[in-house]
This record gives sequence, C-alpha cells and structure tokens, in this order.
Amino acid sequence: MSEHAHAHTDHHEDDHGHHHHKETFITKYVFSQDHKMISKQYLITGLIMGIIGIAMSLMFRLQLAWPGESFPILETILGRWAPDGVMDADMYLALVTIHGTIMVFFVLTAGLSGTFSNLLIPLQIGARDMASGFLNMISYWLFWLSSVIMLMSLFVEAGPAAAGWTIYPPLSALPLAQPGSGMGMTLWLVSMAIFIASSLLGSLNYIVTVINLRTKGMSMTRLPLTIWAFLVTAIIGVVSFPVLLSAALLLIMDRSFGTSFFLSDIFIQGEVLHYQGGSPVLFEHLFWFLGHPEVYIVLLPALGITSEVMSTNARKPIFGYRAMVASIIAIAFLSTIVWGHHMFISGMNPFLGSVFTFTTLLIAIPSAVKAFNYITTLWKGNLQLNPGMLFSIGLVSTFISGGLTGIILGDSTLDINVHDTYFVVAHFHLVMGISALYGLFAGVYHWFPKMFKRMMNKNLGYVHFWVTAVAAYGVFFPMHFVGMAGVPRRYYENTAFPMFDELTDVNILITIFALIAGVAQLIFLYNFISSIFYGKPTEQNPWNSNTLEWTAPIEHFHGNWEGAIPEVHRWAYDYSKTMPDGEYVIPGQDFVPQHIPLKENEEELHH
Amino acid sequence: MTVLFTLAILLLIAIAIWQMTKIFELSQLKTEVSQVATDKDNRYNGILMFLFLIFIYGITIFSFAKYSKTLLPVAASEHGADYDQLLWVSFAIIFFVQTITQALLHYFSYRYRGKKGNKALYYADNDRLEFIWTIIPVIVLAGLIIWGLYTWTNIMDINDEDDPLIVELYAQQFNWTARYGGADNVLGEANVRRIDIAKANILGIDETDPNASDDVIVKELHLPVGRKINFKFRSQDVLHSAYMPHFRAQMNCVPGMTTEFSFTPTITTADMRLDPDVIEKVKRTNAIRAEKAAAGIENSDPWEFDYILLCNKICGKSHYNMQMKIIVETEEEYNAWIEGQRTFAQQMEMQ
Repeated sequence: MSEHAHAHTDHHEDDHGHHHHKETFITKYVFSQDHKMISKQYLITGLIMGIIGIAMSLMFRLQLAWPGESFPILETILGRWAPDGVMDADMYLALVTIHGTIMVFFVLTAGLSGTFSNLLIPLQIGARDMASGFLNMISYWLFWLSSVIMLMSLFVEAGPAAAGWTIYPPLSALPLAQPGSGMGMTLWLVSMAIFIASSLLGSLNYIVTVINLRTKGMSMTRLPLTIWAFLVTAIIGVVSFPVLLSAALLLIMDRSFGTSFFLSDIFIQGEVLHYQGGSPVLFEHLFWFLGHPEVYIVLLPALGITSEVMSTNARKPIFGYRAMVASIIAIAFLSTIVWGHHMFISGMNPFLGSVFTFTTLLIAIPSAVKAFNYITTLWKGNLQLNPGMLFSIGLVSTFISGGLTGIILGDSTLDINVHDTYFVVAHFHLVMGISALYGLFAGVYHWFPKMFKRMMNKNLGYVHFWVTAVAAYGVFFPMHFVGMAGVPRRYYENTAFPMFDELTDVNILITIFALIAGVAQLIFLYNFISSIFYGKPTEQNPWNSNTLEWTAPIEHFHGNWEGAIPEVHRWAYDYSKTMPDGEYVIPGQDFVPQHIPLKENEEELHH
Repeated sequence: MTVLFTLAILLLIAIAIWQMTKIFELSQLKTEVSQVATDKDNRYNGILMFLFLIFIYGITIFSFAKYSKTLLPVAASEHGADYDQLLWVSFAIIFFVQTITQALLHYFSYRYRGKKGNKALYYADNDRLEFIWTIIPVIVLAGLIIWGLYTWTNIMDINDEDDPLIVELYAQQFNWTARYGGADNVLGEANVRRIDIAKANILGIDETDPNASDDVIVKELHLPVGRKINFKFRSQDVLHSAYMPHFRAQMNCVPGMTTEFSFTPTITTADMRLDPDVIEKVKRTNAIRAEKAAAGIENSDPWEFDYILLCNKICGKSHYNMQMKIIVETEEEYNAWIEGQRTFAQQMEMQ
C-alpha cells in the first residue's frame, strides 16, 4: 500500500494516496506500514524497556548503598535471587549487564533513533512515507521480537547474561565461569542478533528515504539538522552493526560448536578445556568497532533533536548550520576509528594505544564546536522555555560536563588508573546516557502534539525536568570521586576493601538521588499516558516552527499530506528573520516556514 | 485454564478502563490553559536556570570539599608522579572550560528568557567565531596529546635495562598468585595444560625446565623499593585486570597470552603509613570501622594501610573480593623475605 502512496512522486499527483484500501485494526495498529504508527510503536516499546532498565538500576543502587541490608521489595521482585531481601552477587552482575544492554540498545538506540527517525524523516523531508513501509514494519517487529527474547532471558533458571553489557569472553563463553553464561547468554546473543537485523533494516530505509524522497526544493543544505543527524547515524549504524553481528556469531560458535575464535589455554574448575589459539582481544576489537560508534548512534539523534528544538524555541536560526553539519560528519567519521580507547590496557600493542589516543582526542574538536554553537544559538534569543527547550539546554550542560572528562579517559596515560572505575561510569552516563535521555525527552515533549494530536501538560513537564536535572548531577557528579578513589565498577559491594569504607557515604548520597530521579520519571509517565487521552488538543503548529511536519494535517493518515506535498523554498531556520526595513519577513510573525517562497527583496543567506 | 481466565479478566479490565476514560473525557470541560510556555513560565524557568548554574557550582565545590580527601594518596611509583602531574593539568583545563561554558549556557538561558514583543537576533553565522573555537581546542588538545603520548610511550616501554626484577602475576577466579624468577631472575616455562592439582602445580610450570626450579610462588606480593619491577600477567580462566591504584598501574590478564607492565616502587609500605594523608585516612576509616564493630557487623577490625592489588575486570561472582596484599620494603627486607620462601623445586619434592 505504501507503494501506492508514493508511486507518483510528482507533486501535482496528490490525492487519495490512501483511499483504496480499508484499514483494519491489525493493519492500522499492529502490522502498520505507516511511519507515524511505527514511530509510536518504537516509542512505547522503548519506554517500557526504559522502565525496566531504570528499575534494575535502582535495585542495584540499593545494594551498593546498603550492602547486605535486607530489602523485602527485592525479594518480592527477584524471588530466590534475593533470599531474605539481600541481592545475590550473581544477580547483581546480571542486573548491571541487562541494565546496560537495555538502556544502550533498546531504549537509546531503538527507542530514540527508531522513534524520531521514523516520525521525522518522512515528515520533515516531505515524503509520504519511508522508501519501504514494509521493511520498516519488519524492522519494528524484529525489534519487538528481540525485546521479548531479552526479557525472556530474565526468567531463565540459571539467570540472565551477567558478563557485563560488553560480554567479553571467556566469561561470557563458559557456563563454567558463571551461571549467567548458560542459557541466559544464549538468549542474549540471539536477541542481539535479531536486534542488529532490525537496526540494519531501519537504517537502510532511513538512508534511502533521505537520499531519494526529499520534496522539491529540499536540497541537502536545506535539511533540518535532525535529518542530517538521523542520516549520519543510520550510516554509522550500517557500517558498524554488522561487525557486532560477526562478533556475536563467532561467540555463538565458540559457545556451541567448540571453535576457538576468542578462547585459548583455559583451565577452569579442575579441567583444561580444548580451546587453543583464539584471543579475547580479538573479541574486544570486534565489539568496540560497533561499541564506540554506538555511543554516537545514541548521541547524534539527540543532538539533532536538540538543534531543532533549541532553534525553534530560541526563535533564532541555529548558529553555524554548516559547521554543525560538518561536525556531525566529522564526529561520525572519527567515531569509527577510536574504538581502541576502550582497550588501552587490554594487552593490545601500546603503539596502537598511541594512535587511538590521537584520534580520540581529535573528536573533542567537533564536539566543542557543537557545544559553542548551541550556546551562541541561545545568545540574544527570545527563549521560549517549553519543557522540550529545557531538556535541550540540559543536554548541552551534561554533554559538556560528561564530555570534558573524556579528555582524561581518552588519554592512554591517564586511562591507566581510572580505566573500569566509577570514573568511567560517571563519564559515560553523563555524556551519552543522560544527554541522550534528555534528547529523547526533548523530542517527546516537542513532537508529542504531532504524534498524539494533543499537548503534554507543561507544568508536569517542568517538574519532571527540574527534578531530573538536579538528581542527574546529584548521581553522577560525586560518582567521579568514587572512581578517582580507585573503586572498580561492577563490584557487588566495596566492603572487602577497608580503603573504600569512607566512600559508603557517597554511595548512599548517589542512591538517594537515583531514587528521586526514578520517582521523577513517574511524573513523566503519568503526563505521557494521561496526555494521550486527555491532553489539550493541539493546534496545527503549536511551537510556531518552520519545518514541514507542522504543515501536515493534525489528523493522521497514510500519506501525510492531503493534497500536493509542499514545496520547499528556504532552509529550516528562518526564525526572526527581518527584511532590510527591520520588519519580519512575514509581518507580525517571527518565523517563516520552509514552504513559503522567498519574498521580493528577501536575501537567501548562504548559510 | 487459569491463564486463559486471567487473560480474560485483564482484557475486561482494559476495556473497562478504556470506556471509563472515554466517559471521563466527554465529561471534561474544555479548559483554556495553554500548554505552550507563557512569559510567566519563561521568567520562572529562566530564574531556575540561573539557580541551576549555582547548583552545578555548588555540587562541584561540595564534592571537592567533602570527597577530595577520599582520593588516592600520593603516587608510590616513579611514573606515578608524571601521571599525577598530567592528571591535574588536565583537570585544571577541564574545570576552567566547565566553569565558563556552564556559566554562558545557563546565564544566556536566564538573560534571554522570552518575553512577548522581544525580537531575537537573526544571527546565523560568523566564520571568525567558528574559527576561534575550532582552533583553541585544536591547540590545547595538541598539547595534551603530545604530553600524554610522551608519557605513555615512556610508561609502556618495557625493557630489561637496569636489572629489573621479574615477577609473574597469575589470575584465576577469584584470587591472585605471584611468582618470582628466583636466584636466576628467569621464570620457568608454564602453560595451563601442565597444571597438576594433585602435585599442587597450580601455575602449570614445566617441571623439566631448569629455569623453573628456583622460582618462588607466593600469595603475597613483596617488592623492593627503588628497583624496577617487570610484571608478566597470565590468567587461567577468564579476563581479569591487575589494578594497583597506588602505583597508577593496571594491565589486563588475558587467557592465552602474557601481558606486561613495568614500574618502580618509590615509597615503602612503612613510609606510606607515615604519610599525613594516609594517617588521616586510616584514622577516619577506623572510626567508621569501630562504629560498625560496635553494631556487631563482621569484618570490622581496625585497618592498617597496605598497598593492594585488585581485580578490575568483571570475572564472575566474587569479582568484588579478588585481591592480594602488596608490601613494598627495603632491598634488605625483601632479600630476607625471599630467602625464607620455598622454591618450586622444594615444593615439588615435598609432594
């Protein structure tokens, strides 16, 4: 049916892209090929996974703050994994592992990029749908399947995967090494293999759509930065995810078919295993070849969303559009050649460490340019502090705070003593976890009217933002000190080392802030769900935005625009643009949407 | 059957909620509250942005004031001093940039909060500004990269100059073993395939290798102060990481290969215990431990400072308690200690 919708891309062939086929419940809500419905499916699945992932983190934060203390709620939730309310050490590692996996892949990759790439690519470039609605549908349902398998693994008898989200072999390869490396790890690998297939189908679709289906006048340099971010994200996904698939497949072979890709010389539980000649370092290379670009797969869409939301709400063009595009591309390129900075002390040749230090610190340059450009975008603006805008500003703040400590970790020398400590945990949670979540929230608040035809409650949005912002820094700022004191990550408790005794206080503080942050997300959930049903019905263009999605009718139907697809005549950032006489281009209105032709005497800037 | 029944009930509840919400929705009076930020919202949130800046500075100062003392004491190795210097210079740069950028970000958010009738400046581009904030990071980072790489190359240059002591650190779930080369300072050949539990050859040492007979295998790491130590790391099962934070030293232990790290300890354990920071830390820690002991919590004996080797790569259930004590002592003390240890050959004979 989507073929029909855009079989004719001629702009005068407009109408009735959707009236030949009857929509049933199944085709409309379940196996929908409409990108808008698929984006909602991604968002809601992502949010459900997010609830689970965050709940897991709260559980292990309890253990870290009050080790050995009995919490009846843990026994209620974890059952025999928390006898008498005290979490089992294997379960602790499992929770850490699944928390990481869910948040990185299921929430921040699929939930963020999946949701907004699907929603915004066709609407902002002026297309009736994705290039292939069918592949898009398959992509979502593969994601759904992988989510279900990942959740199923939680109920395996020996427990879910527990080797850390990086699943380094041999720990992840040998059920003898830990119980979670049995069936739990098998399901983890199967789930991730399906997830990768889903991600690839999605990414290929995004790339083809952006390249081929832009409406008349929508040149690449007129694309909103959101689309640039989604396009480049999809490209690095296509480049790097297949490598993770190969790592997963080889690990499956080592586990199930006795090959020795990653294993060699192992003596465990009284016996020598037959593995010979493999290397865990090889796995680390393959894993981080995806794993590092993955950080930017998570972050770039958030930055793209922020660019758009910030410009709209500042009533100013984004500062340095071309520099922003160049930065996105530079970050994406560099992100694929820095993976070794996760492996400085893995036993890899130190010379390689030098090379990776060099490329890693280079990535700070485009990142700095982006940060400065965001700040300049705010300068002399007329800032409309909507919740989406607050989250965008919050993103820039955490992106800077978290990004700066990357200078420590990216330096092979300095990495020696903070590697795998809480310093790393604090760093990446701020720079990619919290920042990307803020991007997700900014996107949800901003495009909720487009998705659900209603507005979210702004006051609940404000409470949500401020509590989250304070709690996020409250959790992750002091955590740097825990790392600098030498506390390794993934420790079930720190009581085995008297030198860490005086850090118990910090851990309690962190956990309290984490619990507060968790409660704040309930406000968001309430706002989200109740606004879907009772929110104030939206206007056509609630934020007075320039981009094309706000010209599409509020009412959803497959094909997006009733008549012809609007033609684009200008870039997306003509906010507060004035004519030579000082009057706005459209008198009395501080924005000029992309489909409005240039006025007489109006100069199109060569931004 | 019960499953079916439960599903049916859940379905009915869902339908009930759906219907109730419909009724509720129809009964709602349409209120005319705008969900778009008004001038008042902009004012309040703008002020909060400014307060948030103070909060960020506040939590920074608070953390430094309260937690600086928990950080690691002075580096106890030769390269550790270089490490610390580079670390603090990097931190100085980071805090400078952090303070300024956060101030600009939040101050602008406050200063330019929206008001009806205000006009934003249409300011899309400025090549000179862009150039400035590209080139400044380039210069600063170039400096850091060069300094970092110089230090890194020095640290990772593991060679046999200056008669280093050869020590093997052997990792397994969930403990460490150390092996010294003995009188010849050469480690005997070893492989997991030679492990013989019955003969207590737990490191898989080749009994026929002449270099192996004088090897010394111990569960406590003794290092002579001022002498370069070349570590060889092995693991028999999964990845581990030998983390010696006081020496700013860390290297992964990888099954199937031998990894290396080298450092020269500069402060003996006895001297470190006299360091004012360490004395204070021990005092604070023992106050906490006394409280715990009073509350009847186990393992709360008073603590005496010791260097420690930790596992810092997730390795399974007891990862959090995989440690070994490190003792740095004078050359004479070390020699006396190693004299008193049994060699590998002596151990084998006893079997």
